[in-house]
Amino acid sequence: MLPVTNPAGRFGRHGGQYIPETLMNAVIELEAAYLRYKDDPEFQAELSALLHDYAGRPSRLYFAAKTTAAWGGAKVYFKREDLNHTGSHKINNVLGQALLAQKMGKTRLIAETGAGQHGVATATAAALLGMECEVFMGKEDTERQALNVFRMELLGAQVHAVTTGTMTLKDAVNATMREWASRMADTHYCLGSVMGPHPFPVIVRDFQAVIGREIKAQLLEREGRLPDVVLACVGGGSNAMGTFHEFIGDPSVRLIGCEAAGRGVDTAETAATIATGRLGVFHGMKSYFCQDEYGQIAPVYSISAGLDYPGIGPEHAWLHDEGRAEYVPVTDAEAVAAFEFCSRTEGIIPAVESAHALAYAAQLAPTMGPDQIIVVTLSGRGDKDVAAIARYKGVDLYE
Amino acid sequence: MSDRLCHPERSEGSRPAAGGTNPRRDLATAFARGKAFIPFVTAGDPDLETTEALVRAMAEAGADLIELGVPFSDPIAEGPVIEAADARALAGGATVDQLFDLVARLRADLDLPLVFMTYYNPIFAYGQDRFLDRAAEAGLDGLIVPDLPFEEKGDLLDACHARGLQLVSLIAPTSAERITAIAAEAEGFLYVVSSLGVTGVRTSLGEHVAEMVAQVRHVSDIPCAVGFGIATPDQARAMADVADGVIVGSAIVRLVAEHGRAAVPVVRQYVAQMKAAIRP
Repeated sequence: MLPVTNPAGRFGRHGGQYIPETLMNAVIELEAAYLRYKDDPEFQAELSALLHDYAGRPSRLYFAAKTTAAWGGAKVYFKREDLNHTGSHKINNVLGQALLAQKMGKTRLIAETGAGQHGVATATAAALLGMECEVFMGKEDTERQALNVFRMELLGAQVHAVTTGTMTLKDAVNATMREWASRMADTHYCLGSVMGPHPFPVIVRDFQAVIGREIKAQLLEREGRLPDVVLACVGGGSNAMGTFHEFIGDPSVRLIGCEAAGRGVDTAETAATIATGRLGVFHGMKSYFCQDEYGQIAPVYSISAGLDYPGIGPEHAWLHDEGRAEYVPVTDAEAVAAFEFCSRTEGIIPAVESAHALAYAAQLAPTMGPDQIIVVTLSGRGDKDVAAIARYKGVDLYE
Repeated sequence: MSDRLCHPERSEGSRPAAGGTNPRRDLATAFARGKAFIPFVTAGDPDLETTEALVRAMAEAGADLIELGVPFSDPIAEGPVIEAADARALAGGATVDQLFDLVARLRADLDLPLVFMTYYNPIFAYGQDRFLDRAAEAGLDGLIVPDLPFEEKGDLLDACHARGLQLVSLIAPTSAERITAIAAEAEGFLYVVSSLGVTGVRTSLGEHVAEMVAQVRHVSDIPCAVGFGIATPDQARAMADVADGVIVGSAIVRLVAEHGRAAVPVVRQYVAQMKAAIRP
């Protein structure tokens, strides 16, 4: 089984290009440009230099000794994407897409953002490469993540608060797709996850695959072996896909994606797509979506703005169908407990998104032996979440 | 030019029924008597009774084909006017089951072609075959599915044909060389998207429409109807001059938003005025 797509951009029955005709030539043009540059030595050298000198790659693989001792089972490593420039894995994809857009002659980047991490990364790349940048963010998220809004503005981006629908990530994607349909000659849609119409799921996966490649090399050097389990949180699923991709062909490595269950998968206030969704067609792709019996997209909920999305990338849906990856739901309460544990135990404040992966690792590690290895991808740092966690705990903070 | 665009060979009326109890109407018949006026309303906004009255009023005022918008939670090809109408319809509890019943009631006395404008997920979630069976039984003649481009339409197209329903294709100003392939396979009529962006009223539009229609004519004599952004009689006349018909959505939906249940006479007058502008 190889992680490839057929020419129509399918992963098994998932994927495809379900978008308005107005956008079709834009994705066709993007695919052609990506095929032209993806193996181009000059492009790759330019991107590698940016990732190394600007973003700070390779990110560290950290042996979490205190966590390992506390959980009392498998050895636990953290892949420190939180140490990247801008504080999350999002910069990997954004530098790749921004460079590609520049090669295509585009001068303007537009992007959706949930927690603000992808928006900040896009605004950063736009500043670096001298491009215009506009970011669409659900109004509710602009309130949950007010600091990131100002951060994007400091970087020179214009931020639009989206006031339609549930005013969260899915509505930000709607707004960005609409903006792209109205202006594409000079504009690239810098999509932030392994979702949307082909070729986005492939492009974003390839730019994030550096995470898994580094994990493999770093662990081989340190332990002389592959991990038994790699874990990552999943909203659209870009840090998880980047973590998994290198290991798909290694059947001994369990791949576990941790979805946001919100207040629980038996409540309506959840964003756990694999646990509660059904096959559907939305945002340009066939995949699993939280929806009602009539196919109306459900208003999902999670404490984490970055995982608060009613769908999942098509390659994840396919890995689920094939049984190659497992997807587990993690509640707000479990994620917040892991957030606090990691902060106190390791002195690392993780993104609340990443805390979902830590929470499941905490359940899994004690069931494993001391000769086994778990790698948890810390997709981002948690500074942005401090106010939200305080609110969750009923602490009155002056921001 | 108008002679060729009248499609007399297609104006003989219904094609044989293949699935439902009603005969299907070829959507091209809407263009048989000259330039066609095609209004759109979001079904269920503000309620289904008003939608039913609006459809009858628009038919009486001279509509040649009517598009019923199936409300969707996330209509990515729509501007704010239709998106808000979809939200109102869904908040009012409109479901596709109720829409099929609405079509069946309308069919009791209306003979003009009726189509659904629907995103693909409501079809997919309902079950494609079940959706199309009910559509055919209710007396619908075709579908417009804005998020199902040429490359993805195959599956639905075959299922539509098995029931005598037509699937309308769209071309956009960005379609370029795709126009030839799309037009060659198009049926009923071709939906010509006037300008970039989403649905909604515009002050200037349609610079490329004549070019696009000319490109279509190289491979097909299918009627071309222009939509997106048309609101005034002048705009309608200008677009009808270079195409076979005009589609108006947001301008009507905006009247419904303004007038609510009292919108019926206002919309009737508007449709009559627009029809007069394109077919004096």
